[in-house]
Amino acid sequence: MSKLLEVKDLAVSFNTYNGEVQAVRGVSFDLNKGETLAIVGESGSGKSVTTSALMGLLPKPQGVIKSGEILFEGEDLVKKSNKEMQKIRGKDMSMVFQDPMSSLNPTMKVGNQIMEGLIKHQNMNRSDARKKAIELLDQVGIPNPEIRINQYPHQFSGGMRQRVVIAIALACNPKVLIADEPTTALDVTIQAQILELMKNIQKETDSAIIFITHDLGVVANVADRVAVMYAGKVVEYGTVDDIFYNPKHPYTWGLLGSMPTLDNADEELYAIPGSPPDMLNPPKGDAFAPRNKFALEIDAVMEPPMFKVTDTHYAATWLLHEDAPKIEPPESVKKRMQGFANSGGDQ
Amino acid sequence: MVRYILRRVMYMLVTLFIIATLSFFLMKMLPGSPLNAEDKLSEQQQAIVLEKYGLNDPVPVQYVKYIGGLLQGDLGISFAFSNTPVTDILMDRIGPSAQLGAQALVVGTILGVLLGLIAAISHNGFLDYTSTVIAVLGTSIPNFVFAGLLQFVFAAQLEWFPVALWGDFKHTILPTIALMIFPMATAARFVRTEMVEVLGSNFITTARAKGVSEPGIVFKHGLRNALIPLVTVIGPMAVSLMTGSMVIEQIFAIPGIGEQFVNSVMVNDYPTIMGTTLLFAALFITIILIIDLLYGLIDPRIRISGGDS
Repeated sequence: MSKLLEVKDLAVSFNTYNGEVQAVRGVSFDLNKGETLAIVGESGSGKSVTTSALMGLLPKPQGVIKSGEILFEGEDLVKKSNKEMQKIRGKDMSMVFQDPMSSLNPTMKVGNQIMEGLIKHQNMNRSDARKKAIELLDQVGIPNPEIRINQYPHQFSGGMRQRVVIAIALACNPKVLIADEPTTALDVTIQAQILELMKNIQKETDSAIIFITHDLGVVANVADRVAVMYAGKVVEYGTVDDIFYNPKHPYTWGLLGSMPTLDNADEELYAIPGSPPDMLNPPKGDAFAPRNKFALEIDAVMEPPMFKVTDTHYAATWLLHEDAPKIEPPESVKKRMQGFANSGGDQ
Repeated sequence: MVRYILRRVMYMLVTLFIIATLSFFLMKMLPGSPLNAEDKLSEQQQAIVLEKYGLNDPVPVQYVKYIGGLLQGDLGISFAFSNTPVTDILMDRIGPSAQLGAQALVVGTILGVLLGLIAAISHNGFLDYTSTVIAVLGTSIPNFVFAGLLQFVFAAQLEWFPVALWGDFKHTILPTIALMIFPMATAARFVRTEMVEVLGSNFITTARAKGVSEPGIVFKHGLRNALIPLVTVIGPMAVSLMTGSMVIEQIFAIPGIGEQFVNSVMVNDYPTIMGTTLLFAALFITIILIIDLLYGLIDPRIRISGGDS
């Protein structure tokens, strides 16, 4: 498969009054054509900042890319000017945001908001753009698109607004679609619909999707590959099967263990103890060590490198070192993995 | 929409009636009488004059008579200004005031919006601080200070404009500038605050993610959303400008309505006081109606439905 996007050792910092917050500290991943990569991690792990950097949408002047490359079809986006990025945004890469209630302009007709990108990037005239916008609304499942196109965002429900946001993102057939927690603000039935819609769209358009979420249920549902982020770094990286059936990093164990399922409804839900580190002063060694009951002595001194598990599966934990003691995931997580294996086939 | 406006106009008439009633009785409680040369007039002369203007009737009777005239569009005869009908005086006087007010409002608001925009775009930059300083000075220094300065520099020293009086367009420039500074500063402050907030909101990020250019972000997506609160303050400002600034009109010797209102209060010229008050009130509630309709134009979320849709 050809690599569409390659992120190499990306580091992003925010300059604040208190000092430099190292939000992303050397993230690498790649994205193939037509695949879905899920980036998971708790709040503050740097997943949204990573994608803002990809789009060139870091808040200025505080947000700075310290190092690294973002290769999109071989070209480094980090080196592009804002003018050049404007030509890429919305055309080659577009984005769906978390909160559909606030991500549409309240004083602009929905149709105009969709047509804007078409007129800019594809030099369409207004009437062609309008036709295309009606098509797009139809494609994302909005009934009566000829009428809806003349309405304002407040005349749409939350789920419908997210469909509009998706229509805006899809307008110019982007090669990469970044979805930043697109279902978090929606209720469960709508979530399922939006996920279904995104899957169908991917089948039709063959765009690659980067799906940011902290919901592992969503990951199992949509992703081909998964990157688990913690404290501004990717700690484990693999296919969905690798991550769900054979997780290696204790943080991934914690994430899987804290996910409620129907089978463990009676048991107490696991929670990862403690809270994420302060990125103003990132800890020495493994950032997850203070919350990790399997932490080794070396974790406090040296950061673990990426260990290769299989050709597709990597994890950054000293537990994979040949000298490390053999440690099995906790029983509850093992049971969970068993559960995924049993139900995985029919998904 | 039509039904909505009709209903609003009805409310406006009721409001006007209440204002007329209140100000009539308040005015009657003012000390003194319209006769400013009582010591020179004999008792009889005084009685004749009072009788002539109906001032000997009990106050409720005077009130009923006044409201009766009002309903026929008759504001009465001025006691002070050589017995001219109040309507004529108001007609004569509203022209200069309205012209100055309108000029000051339009130019001031446009400049203020631009100043606010520049400040918001260069958020926390040099231009931001500059325009904030201008805005603070403009709101805190009273306009008669500016009026004096303008007269001194541009009329007395440079002799570009006439010092005072009312004539052609040249005469309107200095008073317009003096009047314009307050609305300009207010608009700049409001637009800056709103724009900074709007530019930080999610839909602006959406627009950026679409590849919209920076001018497009500011003017197409930002400005309209930032103007909504400004509309609220422009209304009352418009009224106070249109009905004339008493001080500015005095300084520039402009025969406007503000100057004349002050004079009529000083001499207890009851019909003129009433007429001017009612004119101010009528303008005020009309402008509020216009503002309410403007809201709908700018913000579709508060667009008024037809009542049956």
